[in-house]
Amino acid sequence: MAGKVKWVTDIEKSVLINNFEKRGWVQVTENEDWNFYWMSVQTIRNVFSLEAGYRLSDDQIVNHFPNHYELTRKDLMVKNIKRYRKELEKEGSPLAEKDENGKYIYLDFVPVTFMLPADYNLFVEEFRKSPSSTWIMKPCGKAQGKGIFLINKLSQIKKWSRDSKTSSFVSQSSKEAYVISLYISNPLLIGGRKFDLRLYVLVSTYRPLRCYMYKLGFCRFCTVKYTPSTSELDNMFVHLTNVAIQKHGDDYNHIHGGKWTVSNLRLYLESTRGKEVTGKLFDEIHWIIVQSLKAVAPVMNNDKHCFECYGYDIIIDDKLKPWLIEVNASPSLTSSTANDRILKYNLINDTLNIAVPNGEIPDCKWNKSPPKEVLGNYEILYDEELAQNDGADRDLRNRSGPSIGLKGSRTRDTGKTALTTWK
Amino acid sequence: MLQEEEDLSLTIAHIVQKLKGSRLYSQLERQAWVSLQKPEIKLESLKEDIKEFFKISGWEKKLQNAVYSELTVFPLPRHPAAPPEHLKEPLVYMRKAQGSWEKRILKSLNSMCTELSIPLARKRPVVEQKELLNKWNEMGTDEPDLSLFRPVYAPKDFLEVLINLRNPNYENGDHLNLKTHLGLIQVPLKVKYISELKEFFIELSLNTGQLGIDDATQVPPELFENEHVRLGQKVLAEQDSAAAQQYIRQGSPTALRAELWALILNVSNQPEDLLYYEQLKSNVIQHDLLVDSLIYKDVKLTASNDDYYFVFEDYLYQVLLCFSRDTSVLGHFAYNSASPPKSYIRGKLGMEDYAVFYPPNGVIPFHGFSMYVAPLCFLYHEPSKLYQIFREMYVRFFFRLHSISSHPSGIVSLCLLFETLLQTHLPQLFYHLREIGAQPLRISFKWMVRAFSGYLATDQLLLLWDRILGYNSLEILAVLAAAVFAFRAVNLMEVTSLAAAEAVLADLSTLKVMPLLQIFLFATIT
Repeated sequence: MAGKVKWVTDIEKSVLINNFEKRGWVQVTENEDWNFYWMSVQTIRNVFSLEAGYRLSDDQIVNHFPNHYELTRKDLMVKNIKRYRKELEKEGSPLAEKDENGKYIYLDFVPVTFMLPADYNLFVEEFRKSPSSTWIMKPCGKAQGKGIFLINKLSQIKKWSRDSKTSSFVSQSSKEAYVISLYISNPLLIGGRKFDLRLYVLVSTYRPLRCYMYKLGFCRFCTVKYTPSTSELDNMFVHLTNVAIQKHGDDYNHIHGGKWTVSNLRLYLESTRGKEVTGKLFDEIHWIIVQSLKAVAPVMNNDKHCFECYGYDIIIDDKLKPWLIEVNASPSLTSSTANDRILKYNLINDTLNIAVPNGEIPDCKWNKSPPKEVLGNYEILYDEELAQNDGADRDLRNRSGPSIGLKGSRTRDTGKTALTTWK
Repeated sequence: MLQEEEDLSLTIAHIVQKLKGSRLYSQLERQAWVSLQKPEIKLESLKEDIKEFFKISGWEKKLQNAVYSELTVFPLPRHPAAPPEHLKEPLVYMRKAQGSWEKRILKSLNSMCTELSIPLARKRPVVEQKELLNKWNEMGTDEPDLSLFRPVYAPKDFLEVLINLRNPNYENGDHLNLKTHLGLIQVPLKVKYISELKEFFIELSLNTGQLGIDDATQVPPELFENEHVRLGQKVLAEQDSAAAQQYIRQGSPTALRAELWALILNVSNQPEDLLYYEQLKSNVIQHDLLVDSLIYKDVKLTASNDDYYFVFEDYLYQVLLCFSRDTSVLGHFAYNSASPPKSYIRGKLGMEDYAVFYPPNGVIPFHGFSMYVAPLCFLYHEPSKLYQIFREMYVRFFFRLHSISSHPSGIVSLCLLFETLLQTHLPQLFYHLREIGAQPLRISFKWMVRAFSGYLATDQLLLLWDRILGYNSLEILAVLAAAVFAFRAVNLMEVTSLAAAEAVLADLSTLKVMPLLQIFLFATIT
């Protein structure tokens, strides 16, 4: 035990500070020597910018990867996933298999998306194929539902682009790009309401990829009944499930905050739809998370001083297919209810236990494979090293007989059902 | 021997009588006619051939399930000379107590009407009807001002009534002896000893596989779970109510529960049932009842704020509003100690010819009533099916939790069973809590009245209700309540006030029901 960890944060949230203090860590300012810095995405940009020329030493750890935006910016995520699919296809990987309609069988998990203004012509082409569908416009760099709107006519998007050209206010941020995605118009409804899933995923290293899934994710429900009718297009409460948006709704309930645990979802789905399809859904959710991480792993600056806890947003449609909507680099640490507070406190606690072993002054050269006992509510989602060892085993075994099923990703909460979809 | 035979023939006559008016009867008749066209039905062996046809075509199973359902729901007829009120409740003082309790409820309801000058019922204007129809699926978004409405009564008011129950033929005496009951319930009723409970709940014993225990992640599924699931699928394939009821005593696999419960409750969700539900719905649309506001208020006060059930708010309105209009519910008053309240057409007070039941189903909801429906929303996403299951659960079980009766599943017996179990098996704890003014029943009463809905995590609650259905008895509620006290005994011994005791028992959402029951019944004192 050599000294206490010195911590800094630029996010004054009690769930963070309580966790640091519980470990007996010492608060310092960012200009002093520090070991652990929980920082906002703005700060990480400065820390790793060329001008700053900051060099982290071996005993310093931060909570973001330098270019996390490859995953957490909507446009870049889509770009990386598209590239990943093409690469797999080129390699002739079975993962890139397509169905008779030319859709990827295993890798079609992001709604059709285009960058605007760059891909405008491609978008128009796609729009004309199915003119009755609704599209959702999102600014690339914003979070918590800011700046989002829905359109179902080309004229609306023309107007938008005209407005943004003429308005001097917008032109100064002309870099502000939008993505436009096909809106999931057949979401799974429970009790007649739309919801999305918020799942927490911790990545401790990208090469080799090692990631953990937090067991206590939740569903966020809209307070207003879902109607797919276009007359409600302007009513954002119907469509967006972000708590930041829903909180302004009249019906927001401060006891449960419109949040339902993933275990409730599982109980409901298993009771009403059956065990098999429910297991398959959860397997697929795990699958798309791992694939999204694999897609960005080659371009990610795998800085050894870094770890990151992502907030994955997933929507399930009425055929029980999960869709990856976006990934957040700074999932909200604000607590909307008492339960939420406990959940987030534990999330940070378990995250720190993995990222900073024993709460001691870190050495970023450690092998980053913590013992099972410290995982808390995290479980290993994917461990590339393990998977490769396994894969080698499998190749050997395959010669004597078929044995399919990718291990190294252990989904214990899917129970004892074998992973059927991990081909 | 002779007596038994006589009883049996009485029972048969009773059931035949009941089934004659049923839809199943006419269906069977129709099927029999249709079968006459078949070549395998011969005139010389007509009776046997038709029987055989019923067997092969599955109609025999349906008849069997209907008979079984009658047997489980309705009490066996007593002596033919016994008056019908004995079927409701054999003890006079219980009947009287229930009667005066009903008067109180009705008075409170009437005074609310007068105070707020709201009619008990009114026809909705056409515009309002249309509006309600449009928002049928999102009644929760409506925010009428209900601040003036208050629940007609809450469980704690009801508890006071039960505490004051006395049997006029029974002298308690002033001197304490071994048999003195130190709890709040002071009526002498026969409740089961733990040895009898052990025998009754034999399938919950340590040697029997149990969902809720033997499906834990550490236990390899090959040991019990897989085989149990296979067996469950077989039971469903057979469509046999009795087998399903026996099976579910060891717990239902999540994915099979909805169907198993429907089978046990003999709910089939036929097109006619759907039609019936639609009819109830149109009754709701046409008429506005005062109880609607009570239902609305209750959902807002309970399920809407519940971590598990808020999602289903709109389903709860739909089910409960339809329930209040459902006159078929009146049938259960034949064996319920309660009687449906009557209301009179204006100006004709007290004239029986002008009396109507109010609300039409005869059930006045109280604070927490909606929690009987809420857990079922996890199993059925179709409102009409959800509705039928709830109605069946109500007329078989839940009504007993707020009627004064001597039935072993009635709330009075449950309270007494709970207190007796604690006093006998945890005397020190019982004595300690009593001394500090924290009578255990004051804490556990609300759990039992709501059948633990809203107190346990939903998966655990469903495991508990599996056993209610499996044993066709609510006694498990009292056993669980006692088991919870036993589980928290160490902490409870340290408290010095009712508030502190309540705090120790405030959060039951982390409890695992089956291990608690098993340990309490089978692993402690014999």
